Amino acid sequence: MSGLFDDLRDLYQEVILDHGRKPRNFRRLEDATATARGDNPMCGDRIELFVKQAPDGTIADVAFQGRGCAISTASASLMTETVAGKTPDQARALGAAFREVAMTGACPDCGAALADDMERLAPLSGVHEFPSRVKCATLAWHTLNAALDGAKEASSE
Amino acid sequence: MDGVAAPAFDVARIRQDFPILSQPQARGRPLVFLDSGASAQKPRVVIDAMVRCMETAYANVHRGAYRLSELATDAYEAARGATARFISAAEPREIVFTKNSTEAMNLVAHCWGRGVMQPGQAVVISELEHHANIVPWQMLRDDRGNELRVCRVTDAGELDMDDLERHLSDGKVGLVAIAHMSNVLGTVTPVERIVALAHAHGAKVLLDGSQAAVHRRVDVQAIGCDFYCFTGHKLYGPTGIGVLWARLEHLDRMPPFLGGGDMISVVTFEKSEWAPVPGKFEAGTPAIIEAVGLHAAIDYVTAIGMGAIEAHERALVDHATARLAQVPGLTLLGAAQDRGGVFAFGLDAAHPHDLATLLDRAGIAVRAGRHCAEPLHARFGLDNGTTRASFGLYTTKDEIDLLAQALTEAREFFK
Repeated sequence: MSGLFDDLRDLYQEVILDHGRKPRNFRRLEDATATARGDNPMCGDRIELFVKQAPDGTIADVAFQGRGCAISTASASLMTETVAGKTPDQARALGAAFREVAMTGACPDCGAALADDMERLAPLSGVHEFPSRVKCATLAWHTLNAALDGAKEASSE
Repeated sequence: MDGVAAPAFDVARIRQDFPILSQPQARGRPLVFLDSGASAQKPRVVIDAMVRCMETAYANVHRGAYRLSELATDAYEAARGATARFISAAEPREIVFTKNSTEAMNLVAHCWGRGVMQPGQAVVISELEHHANIVPWQMLRDDRGNELRVCRVTDAGELDMDDLERHLSDGKVGLVAIAHMSNVLGTVTPVERIVALAHAHGAKVLLDGSQAAVHRRVDVQAIGCDFYCFTGHKLYGPTGIGVLWARLEHLDRMPPFLGGGDMISVVTFEKSEWAPVPGKFEAGTPAIIEAVGLHAAIDYVTAIGMGAIEAHERALVDHATARLAQVPGLTLLGAAQDRGGVFAFGLDAAHPHDLATLLDRAGIAVRAGRHCAEPLHARFGLDNGTTRASFGLYTTKDEIDLLAQALTEAREFFK
């Protein structure tokens, strides 16, 4: 269809729409070793994150459930795909880099070590032009930090 | 009656009164402002009146024995008089200026709820209330033990009057606090019947007129209620000023709200004596410039005629009801017989937040979320919230057509 929203394809890339409609790892982890709930009170987005860590701390499995807009659902879905197999420190570093990209559209300090993962998350970089939507994209990452820190709740407010 | 002497309603001419409506939006698109239910835009006369006040007649009120202070006091009290006439209050003393409707309702919860009602008395609200007419009564309940009862809303979004009667039947209810018009469903509640029912059971009635006072003629004496609240910024006036109307006998019985200057007659370190109504409720320097702006807004809508505004909006409601029904996948929330220009809806393919981002790109400003009515959305099983389009006197049928077209395209976008 022509045009009214064509320039929004930067924000809603096909990857986002796909992960928004069919989120990956959208399930409970009955044997999770850490969980946290994330709320965005402004819009009612809510996710519950389940993390299963190996004895050495490595994220062996990660999944989520909840409700939210296409951006927050796709971001949580992409996050679960990206952090599986990472150590908590690696996941935190990636989350910090992602928040930088979500807010500014770029991450000049992101080194080569993060390049592959950041490329996978790049479809979400368009949110930086939509200040009211940045929190949708970062909610899952705030929640992951809360789970890794042993906190039960995170808020993107 | 309103509208008899007023010129014909010309929406194109009215739109010229609002400077912001000619501000181009993203990619040069015209502004389609469909969020007046949250806060309305301001006509030039309101902007000018506030500037003129500051440029020519500004000083603090009720104090100085000098000309400027007298001018400002006259302007402030003239706003009270205009507000009293606007809702047909018996006299200007029945008008208390507050910060907004929220503060007006908190004032009643505080001064009537804690100062006059007995702890054994209950408060009845309804499922369609804004948080501002829920939370103050929860605070009263938690503080003083006053039971809080919630009247049901039917699937059509109307007040369940049988349920209201059930809540009232044990005679323990001290106050019924209900919205005159829902900010989500658009439902206009049957206020005369509510008042008759409540009074028959010994309960007073507070009406939250935040939405209704903008869209139709309000006559508090004809309605027969005890308290009526509305706010300036939804009535094309400035932020920072709201109105509590209450019967004089009630205001006289109520203890003061905040303590400070202007609300006292005598102060010693041992005790103070309260100023007469309404000063007792207006501690500190009031919103003088905002009162002048509210006065200009009231004069503006009165000159157009509340009857003419209501007729225009009725036509918009009919048009929107028909047009939105044609949008594939759209579900409208509420189907009240008597409704105003507020339409909350869901679209099957899109989350409200995503939808609002898209519509913004088309220059269309709508609200997404739960519109400070979380329990109402839970009642209808809509935890993701809704998208809401709300109209003002400057809204056109063309804008509603644009909305319907954009919604149809948005659905394609997300499919």
